[in-house]
Amino acid sequence: MIRWVNLQIALAHLVHRRRQTIVSVLGVSLGVGFFIAVSALMQGSEQDLTNRLIDSQPHVTIKDEFRVPSIQPLFQAYLEGAVELKGVKPRERLRGVKNFKAKVAEIETMPGFIASPVLSGQAIVRYGGKDRSVAILGVDPDKEILLTTIEEDMVEGSMEALKTTSDGIVIGTGLSNRLQLRLGDLASVVSPTGRVMHMKVAGIFRAGNILLDEGQAYMLLKDAQVLMGKPNIADRIRIRLPDPNDAMNVAADIEARWSYRTESWQEVNEDFLSLFVVRNAILYSIVSAIMVVASFGIFNIISTVVLEKRRDIAILMSMGFRAYDIRQIFLLEGIALGFIGMFIGWAVGYGLVELLGMVKFEMEGFYEDSRLPLDRGFYQYLIGAAFALASSIVAAWIPAHRASQVRPVDIIRGAA
Amino acid sequence: MTEQAPAIVLQTENVTRILQETVPVTLVRNINFDASAGEFVSITGPSGSGKSSLLYLLGLLDAPTEGRVIVEGQDTSDLDRDQLAQFRLEHLGFVFQFHFLLPEFSILENVMIPMKRLGKLPEAEIVARAVGLLADLEIDDQRDKTPDQLSGGQRQRVAIARALGNAPTVILADEPTGNLDTKNSDIVRDIFVRLAKEQGTTIIAVTHDLDFAEAADRNVHLVDGAVARDGR
Repeated sequence: MIRWVNLQIALAHLVHRRRQTIVSVLGVSLGVGFFIAVSALMQGSEQDLTNRLIDSQPHVTIKDEFRVPSIQPLFQAYLEGAVELKGVKPRERLRGVKNFKAKVAEIETMPGFIASPVLSGQAIVRYGGKDRSVAILGVDPDKEILLTTIEEDMVEGSMEALKTTSDGIVIGTGLSNRLQLRLGDLASVVSPTGRVMHMKVAGIFRAGNILLDEGQAYMLLKDAQVLMGKPNIADRIRIRLPDPNDAMNVAADIEARWSYRTESWQEVNEDFLSLFVVRNAILYSIVSAIMVVASFGIFNIISTVVLEKRRDIAILMSMGFRAYDIRQIFLLEGIALGFIGMFIGWAVGYGLVELLGMVKFEMEGFYEDSRLPLDRGFYQYLIGAAFALASSIVAAWIPAHRASQVRPVDIIRGAA
Repeated sequence: MTEQAPAIVLQTENVTRILQETVPVTLVRNINFDASAGEFVSITGPSGSGKSSLLYLLGLLDAPTEGRVIVEGQDTSDLDRDQLAQFRLEHLGFVFQFHFLLPEFSILENVMIPMKRLGKLPEAEIVARAVGLLADLEIDDQRDKTPDQLSGGQRQRVAIARALGNAPTVILADEPTGNLDTKNSDIVRDIFVRLAKEQGTTIIAVTHDLDFAEAADRNVHLVDGAVARDGR
């Protein structure tokens, strides 16, 4: 229980030492403020990148592969046997997800799920004497618009135009610039088997990712099947979920059911996401270091007050204040410094975030946004506050406890 | 009809206090002492005779090595640190040679602090009582000032007002006039006499001031930690 008189004494001590109090509060404020700003930047960029990942690609992809290669029938028959087989030739298997239409239909019975069959492959786009290798995706444009942000990324034409353009192809700005290939131009698209299709550019997109902008092209699924020589085949089923966070569970369920390798967006971007963990560890280490420095300021002022106030502590105890009261007085001083520092730190953090929000960058590359991505979430303020208060309490505890152990008679005898 | 003797409010039984230093130092030795309600007792003796040590034992600021201290019939030897603090808060008041007022607070606030800690009165009554005590000691016109704006005598009167805040049974004073000029010493002495006679507060004061000692109802003289004379 906090006694009002203890709080009054604590605040009086702080007000009496204005300069030291201001320095200590500034330490905490700057710690909290910088944490909020840096955290907003880090979390903002993390969220932005994650959203780009989630939005620009399907949440779950079923591939015509198996995570564990199938065992040869002979080994199945003689599981424990000492059998050696030489010159075994694997069965030629036509790639593709079996019965993909039924699978797509089944997936789409689940509310909010969107599934689209895709045929992927490599091709060379040739125009004006220049060649570029691209990854071809044969898609259903209506579904692709729902699965990814491709429609938002279109700078000319549209994905829908694939439906109305005979042998249409949608390319990225990078490829367009490299080949000087413009909307409506006819380019030759050559498959690895040598099949050539003359395709008309129906749209140009800019995803903000050089790899995609220079190396990805979309066409209708049936056109891709013709180009690749794989009629009625889809080698992937791409799925969008109502909640992207369910992707890992859904992928595991599908893989367990149909055995096809099924990857969630988290698995595909595992390396990338693990970088965020490292980044966050660095962020919180830096903030912890800042707060440790700030808490030294609090420790310093309260230790000084305790030393200076030993006589007053003794008098308060002789009046009848208990050790608990004395400890509370100095802990309250630490908490008050933490609270004031926290509030000012919130203001500093808010100001810094807004300042960062005004900074404009002109960058080319994977990350093309002209403004810094910032997370203005309130939880950063809460974490900053928790840091401030925890460090204040820890810093105040030691001198507060020391103050409570004062034997009044020792001080009074010495003072007299 | 015989007149009833005043009740004993403070008593020691064979109290000894030995400081456990490298060489043990006996501060007070086998002291049997009592003080009645409304009695003004002065404790005198040469320096190092154990006057202040005895006062701290009587004020429950220090614990005897042997013997016991009884306050208002309560044996205090079994009380823990917090219980002793509560006992001091409710029953005892202290005045020291140096006023020991809290410099961050006004005079009025200094007097109010023990009452606020006891928490038995609402704020308005605490203020009224503090103002009344300052008025009794004729320093209520200084109530909004801070201790450093007052003279030594005024500060000591504030310290007395603070000691009286929770209406203690006993006031323990350690050299209350030791730092004052003659005029202020007389004022403080008269206040103690008035408190004992009019309010029935027991006053136990350690002093080197002979005039002050003579104003007391009784004088206890210590030599080498033991009572050499206890006279009325």
